[in-house]
Order: sequence, then structure tokens, then C-alpha cells
Amino acid sequence: MSTTGKELPKILVFSTEKISDPAIDMAGLLKLHYPPRVYTIPIPCSSAVKPRWILKAFEQGFDGVFIAADGTDCPYGESCTEKTGEIIRRTQEMLKEKGIEPAKLRMAAICSVCSEAFVKHMKTFTEYLVKQKTT
Amino acid sequence: MKSKIGVYICHCGGNISDYVDVNKVREAVKDIDGVEISLDTMFACADSSQTQIANDISEKKLDGLVVASCSPKLHYPTFSAVAERGGLNKYNYVHANIREQVSWAHSDDKAGATEKAIKIVKAAIARVKESVSLEPIEIKAEKSIAVLGAGVAGMRAAKELADLGMQVYLIEREHFVGGRISQLDYLCGADETGKELVTQLYEKIHEHPNVTLFTGAEVIKKGGSIGNFKIKVKITPRYINDTCNKEELLKAIEVCPVEVEDDFNFNITKRKAIYRNYDSEYPQKPTIDNKNCTRCGECEKVCSSIDFSQKEEILDLTVGSILAATGFDPYQPKENEFGWGIENVVTLPQFRRIINMCDDKLVYQGKEIKNIAYIYCVGSRQVDGDNKYCSRYCCTATLYTSILTHKKYKGIKSFHFNRGIRTYGKQEVIYDEASQLGDIFLQSYEYDPATVEENGDKTTVKIKDILTGGQELEVDADLVVLVTGMEPRNDCSIGDVLKIPKGRDRFYNEIHMKLRPVETVIDGVTIAGACQGPKNIMESMNSALSAAAKSYSIVNKGELALEPIIAKVDKDTCIWCGKCAEACPYDAISMIKENGKDIAEINESVCKGCGMCLPVCESDSIDMDGFTNKEIESMINVLAMS
Repeated sequence: MSTTGKELPKILVFSTEKISDPAIDMAGLLKLHYPPRVYTIPIPCSSAVKPRWILKAFEQGFDGVFIAADGTDCPYGESCTEKTGEIIRRTQEMLKEKGIEPAKLRMAAICSVCSEAFVKHMKTFTEYLVKQKTT
Repeated sequence: MKSKIGVYICHCGGNISDYVDVNKVREAVKDIDGVEISLDTMFACADSSQTQIANDISEKKLDGLVVASCSPKLHYPTFSAVAERGGLNKYNYVHANIREQVSWAHSDDKAGATEKAIKIVKAAIARVKESVSLEPIEIKAEKSIAVLGAGVAGMRAAKELADLGMQVYLIEREHFVGGRISQLDYLCGADETGKELVTQLYEKIHEHPNVTLFTGAEVIKKGGSIGNFKIKVKITPRYINDTCNKEELLKAIEVCPVEVEDDFNFNITKRKAIYRNYDSEYPQKPTIDNKNCTRCGECEKVCSSIDFSQKEEILDLTVGSILAATGFDPYQPKENEFGWGIENVVTLPQFRRIINMCDDKLVYQGKEIKNIAYIYCVGSRQVDGDNKYCSRYCCTATLYTSILTHKKYKGIKSFHFNRGIRTYGKQEVIYDEASQLGDIFLQSYEYDPATVEENGDKTTVKIKDILTGGQELEVDADLVVLVTGMEPRNDCSIGDVLKIPKGRDRFYNEIHMKLRPVETVIDGVTIAGACQGPKNIMESMNSALSAAAKSYSIVNKGELALEPIIAKVDKDTCIWCGKCAEACPYDAISMIKENGKDIAEINESVCKGCGMCLPVCESDSIDMDGFTNKEIESMINVLAMS
């Protein structure tokens, strides 16, 4: 996957400033490579992502959206995982209605040191989206 | 919309420019509508570069700033300050991370990295165009602090804050001060007992005019926010008059017919329903255990100080900051865990109370103890359980206890069934001293720990000892001591009241253990001592002083400037469905009536800017500065472009 990446799928990551962003930064620090068409927008908490932003991303041409969730590490409270999960569920319903494969929206808890997990998610998600494009 | 934006792209020596074609990035953004300056710089963080950016802002009257460099974790504050030095509101500055998330992450793909860097800088420009100037929210701060918990950490923090001139309310749930340390009759590395340490601290706070101590008291409600918390304190009665007669009270304890398990001695003894834990305990008045008192009236017959007419009180206090030092509970072994339930199997806290009660001979349940088997890491470093952490204090405490038994009693043999001794730092000398005294150390892996079996009148501890190449060894023990670690308080209701988040270990969470220790995500609430995680006394004192300094720094000026990144309601479109209030973890949203219509209102000083209210709003009437629909969607538009 080390090309200009133009043929690769484009993934938008909503990442949290305090938890998952440090993990993504550390992936860079450790030179853990992942496809370059992964773009990150930092947000305060994964439970703050509006479904309309996700829909907008697909409308504008993103192939996949990934929520790097705070999970149980969320500094804003224990309900974060449940709330982020609910946003995903609701948005996947909306995607279905629009004829977009719901699996193109993914979520996983990325803790502040989960660099390897993040890279693995980006690689497998890219592979999945490549397959979706070619089938 | 911003129309005079300065864009500065950093080479970071070669950390960025070795993998990203910085010139190409600069060229790609220089003609974007609204970009006034587009420059690359070898080190954007260098003094000369900072000065140039600040000068450009003021001379060219820039209204937006983008710096594309390393992670914002490193230099967001640096360039925010540069923006302000140049006369630009710092919320009109956007940071683009093209090092950690571009040049380093894609050092295997220079063309891909350059393409991504261009997109990221373009997205930052799009975002800064939509940014608005914000001002900190100025509020008045009360120069008073509530310290919750009068253990050693709480009392130390209270004393420090009082010396700094703060009005301190020291609130203790129990009827006596001292917490867990008052249960210790010897302290490792000190020539004083836990009780003496408690007495010293109590005398300091008792005589201090700035400290008001409440015992039998707990915070049951918290309102307001940093600088101006409104707390409700429930004070349960002691049922003893202030003008108490000591001799009569002792008589009252004697005649009380009710006997219950004595939790001060970890249930190895009994106490009465009217009680005090030890002679020198403070305050120097017994209390009546309301839960177990039968109101038989026997105590009233012999003591004129008993007063059952005392009622529960609710006190309203206003404080600028809250410092929680609510301590820990010792781990309680599960049934059959390392023989728990066998008569001569006790925990380390129980064993220390037994030592305190035995003078010449070490006796438990009528039998003299000679062979002692200590089993380490019970309730800590669990393979299957939740407590993955090391409790830090227990290796040292156990070895020190073992040394004491040698000094106090004759013919003691100690066997330490451990998983690796962790007497870190200066405490290593304790390990050495125990070894010199002839203590035997047997070690196992975490997945193959020692076992405890009851064989007739014997209790046998077996281990596959890795220090002797995996030999199976066994010891018949007169007493098995389970070295139990620390756990978060079973009753953590105060955490729920204050809304302090807990970590995976269930202790209260600091924002960042290195960069922002003792601070919690609840602005104005700090944590100290073992409520944050296992600590020894020295570490608890250190964190108490840190938390005191932090709480003091919050309120000492009498006014506060709060971060203005908070949720905002569009009053025209809000139809009050209430979902935002349900989603808010801080109770920052309430319903108000305005122009005959029910709408949501955000309490600016309570909102933490988490954004949890944003996606649940049915009419999409809530936005948050810095994360508005316009800002986020403008970034999405740019990043999606091919």
C-alpha cells in the first residue's frame, strides 16, 4: 500500500483530543505505517460526533468513517462507550436508508497508548474497503 | 469569515521535510482565497520564528493563523501565546499536525505524505476561516476549600491550605479523624506510630483558626462549579454532649449490652454500640453507633452526657474548590481464596492488629504462633480478577511486620510466598534486613501461585519454587497471613456526587498522571492520597501537598478565567426535547422559559465542552465553538477532495 495512495480508499477518522489522538501521534512516533489516505479530525469526545458529519463525509466521497472512541478511558464519564455506540447504531440505520453499507462506519476504543491497535484497524478497514470497491 | 490568514509550515529540522515536500505544500496553499501569507520555516517553535509570526500578525493585521508542525500536544500552547502576542485572539489559531500524523506515520511513502500534508493544511485553513474570537469566561472564586476525608492526606492538605490563608472545611465521614493510618501501631521508616502521626496532624488543624472540622459528616449534594461550588453536608449526631464527663462515658461503654464486630480491628474483636477505637483517638469523645444501638437506655442511667435528642443536620457551604482525599479499603479475600475461611488464615491488616494486642507471646485463637507464612499479592496483580495493579505498599509493610515479629517475640520463623519482592527505592534495606534475620523467600509465577490446605490441625502452604528450579516445597504454618492490597472504597458515593471519573482500576482518575496529576476533569475538584490509586504514606502526603497547591492556585486570586469552548444553544430552533440534559454528564443543561417557549440553557461555568449533547439534539440546535457544523464540515469538504 505504499503508493501515492490515489487508488486506495479514503477514511475519515474522528479522534478524541485527550485519548485516541495521543495514540495516533505515537503510531507516527514509532513509525508504525498505515495508509496515507487516513485523515483525522480531532474532537473532544467520541460521544460528540454528530451523525450529520458522518453522512456529510460519505456524501463528499469518503469511503469509510472510523470513530476512534474513548471507551472506558473517557475523561468525561463512564457513559461514553454506550453513547458513542448509540450514535453508531443510529447513523448506520441512516446509512442503510441511503443505500450505503453500514459496515463502512466503524468504531473501536483506542486508548492513549493503543497505537498498534489503531494501525491494525486502519489496515484492515482499508483492506475491507478495497474489497468493497472491487466487488 | 477570515480573509487575512497567515500559514506557516515547519520543516522541524528534517523531521517533516525529509518525508514531506514542504515547498510543495506551501505552493499548494498560497493562492487559497483568504491566505495572506504562506511561509515555510526550519523551526516554527524557534524564538526567531515566533517573533516573525507575531510581527506578521500585528503588521499585516492577520485575522487567522495556521501553523503546520508537530503534534498540538507539544506546541499548541506555544503558538496560542504567539497569536496573542501578535494581537490575535488565540481561538483564531488552528494547529495542523503534519509530523506525528503525516511525515513520521508515512515515512515509507513521501508522495502520499505530501498529498496528505497538503489536505491537512487546507483543512486547517478552512477551519480557521470559520473560527470566531472567544473570550475566557470570568467568574468570582470563593476563597474557601472543602477537604473531604480527615485521614493523613486530608489533614495534611487542610493544614497547608489553612496556612496559606484559605478557609478550610475538613469533612470526615467517620466520627473520628485519622482514617486507615490510625489503625497502624508502627510505621516503616519512622520512630512513631500511626496514632502519633494522626495526633500531630490533628493538633495542628485543631488549633488552626482557618480550619473547621466536621466529623460524622458527608457531602450529599454538589451544585455550582469551579470557584463557586454549593455543597450540602449531612452531619449525623454523635449523641454525646459537648460537656462530656469522661469517667461517666467509660462507665457507659462498660454497661452497654450490645456487642458487634469491631471493624477498627478488622473484625477480630468485638466492640460496644457506644465506643471509641482507642484511648487517644480524636475527637476525644466516644460515639454511639446508631445502626446497632437498641436504645435500651443502660448508658443513660450511668452517664449524663448521653443525648439522644440530637438530630441529623444539613449544612450548606459555598467553596471555591474541593479536594477529595477519601482513601481506600483493604482488599477482602473471597471465600477459599488462599485458604480464606480457615481459622488460622488472616489478612495483613488483621495480623498487624493482632501484633498490637499481643505483648510477650504472639497468640491467635488461643494458640501460640511460631511459623508464619505470608502469601503476597492477594487482591493485587490478579491474573483473573479486576485488580491488575500492584498495591505498592504491601511488600515493604509485610517485611517490616516480619522484622517486628522477630524483635517482639522469640522463635519466630517467617516464610514469604511471593511473586517477586517490590521494596522499591530506599525500602530495599527492609528487604535486606528481613533476609539477614533469616526469613525464607519462596517465589512463584502469577499463573502458578502458592496453595493453602487444611490438613487436620495443620495448615500447609505449598509452592513450586522458581528460586530453587521449580522444586515443590511446603511449610506447615501456625498462621497464614494474606498480604492483601488496596482497593477503591466500597462506598464510592462521594465520587458519584462529585462526578469524578474512575479509571479501569476503579480508583479516581487524574487528568494525566505526569502532566496534570491530582487534577480531575471536574474543574476545581482535585484528588489526593489513595483514593487516586495505591500509595504509601509518603506518597499520599506528596499528592496531598500537590492537590493543596492546585486547589489553592484555583481560588487564591478570588477570580477565575474559564475556557470558553462550551456548548451553545440556538434559541430560535430549540424545541426542548430534553435529550441534551439527559446526555450531559455534568447537569449543565436545564430548561428555561423564554418568550413563552421552553428551551435549553447551558450553564457556562458547569459545561466542560465534552460535546455529548451535540449528537442527541433532535433539532440540531446545539453547536460548540471550535467544533461547529461549519468548522467540521468545512474540513470534511476539503479532506474529501480528490
